[in-house]
Amino acid sequence: MVSALAVAAGVTDPELPMLTLADLGVLRDVEVRDGKVVVSITPTYTGCPAMDTMRDDLAHALLAAGYTDVEIRTVLTPAWSSDWITEHGRQALAEAGIAPPGRAPSGPIPLTLGITRRGLACPRCGSADTVETSRFGATACRALWRCRACAEPFEHVKEI
Amino acid sequence: MLTVAFDNVYESITEENDDTRWAFGTGFADPLSGVDTSVPPGVTADQSLALGDDALIMSHRLQEWVTRAPELEDEVALANIALDLLGQARLLLTRAGQIDGSGRGEDDLAFHRDEREFRNMRLAELDGGHFGHLVARLFVFSTWRLALFGTLHDAADPVLAAIAAKAVKELAYHREYAAGWVVRLGDGTELSHQRMQEGLDATWPYVAELFGQSDRAEFDDVVARVLDAATLTVPRTASVGGPGGRDGVHSERMGFLLAELQSVARAHPGATW
Repeated sequence: MVSALAVAAGVTDPELPMLTLADLGVLRDVEVRDGKVVVSITPTYTGCPAMDTMRDDLAHALLAAGYTDVEIRTVLTPAWSSDWITEHGRQALAEAGIAPPGRAPSGPIPLTLGITRRGLACPRCGSADTVETSRFGATACRALWRCRACAEPFEHVKEI
Repeated sequence: MLTVAFDNVYESITEENDDTRWAFGTGFADPLSGVDTSVPPGVTADQSLALGDDALIMSHRLQEWVTRAPELEDEVALANIALDLLGQARLLLTRAGQIDGSGRGEDDLAFHRDEREFRNMRLAELDGGHFGHLVARLFVFSTWRLALFGTLHDAADPVLAAIAAKAVKELAYHREYAAGWVVRLGDGTELSHQRMQEGLDATWPYVAELFGQSDRAEFDDVVARVLDAATLTVPRTASVGGPGGRDGVHSERMGFLLAELQSVARAHPGATW
């Protein structure tokens, strides 16, 4: 029987299928006690509709692996940070054409006005001549960017 | 290898083949499932309920702009912001129902309360106008909410503190989006400047209600910096005054909003599909 941790760690994100929930930093804990598996996950964004699918995917994977008593718990604190995406996860994102996040901001929240241009590397050609086209993208965690060197648009997982 | 067969496409994504699917919340797992939800002594539901109502009603107003926004990127942005706020509303209303001991869940509170029982600020229920009005409302709402949530890290209720800590990160993006538009419109053409100032002037009567006697230094500071960059003027419009949303007193438009928001849930009470 595959360990419950290995099963849970292999489940992928429904919106970013190149990432496992472990890569994404959403999987916080897997505990087996008296045959019962308790998995703790944390939402990336409060309104993320993928949470329910993640819960179901985890439960299905564990049930299919032979674990009959499974509980999925939500952990709110500490709040998820894009810093928790693993190095492996960052590579997987870049290979899929999605620019991984830089360091998340900490401390007081700055107010920035104007166009964001901070040398984010284009995941296709590597140029730093890139510009943000929209802070909000197809999912809560992604922004839209454009490379001015190769002229291709690309997605970026936001720092949070 | 184990093959799992499903009779329909929805079955595969429901927990343990429980075939209730999300409609107006039905089939959603409790958003606080597995969180330690014990209630410390002295904690009341008021704050979670009020902040949940602000998010629910503001989210509804933002959703109304979907298919009406001036650009596709802004449509996506407004829908994303609405989704964040809806997520905050779900957690906060679920928490309010736990604290007050009534056994009411998020759906009961969202869909089965009447107007006078809602505690949202009147700012959240404002509607209509042009894009400048929307930007002004969103700028004021997110600047106020971000400043307020920043003070909740030591709230007496640890669940509220945890929800706020998470929401702060989202609200920072909301404020930045709105402030960016205030500057673009204000410091744009003569017409866009005029529209943006109109939006601010129409929104300002509802600002005083947000603060009451509480501290508004951070809010005023952000407003001053953004409006300065936007070449706009801080309005001097008089406040609407009187009892407000926190007392359950709303404007006429609130009834119409709830009629739409609650219609499906009330037409089919307890329905699941």
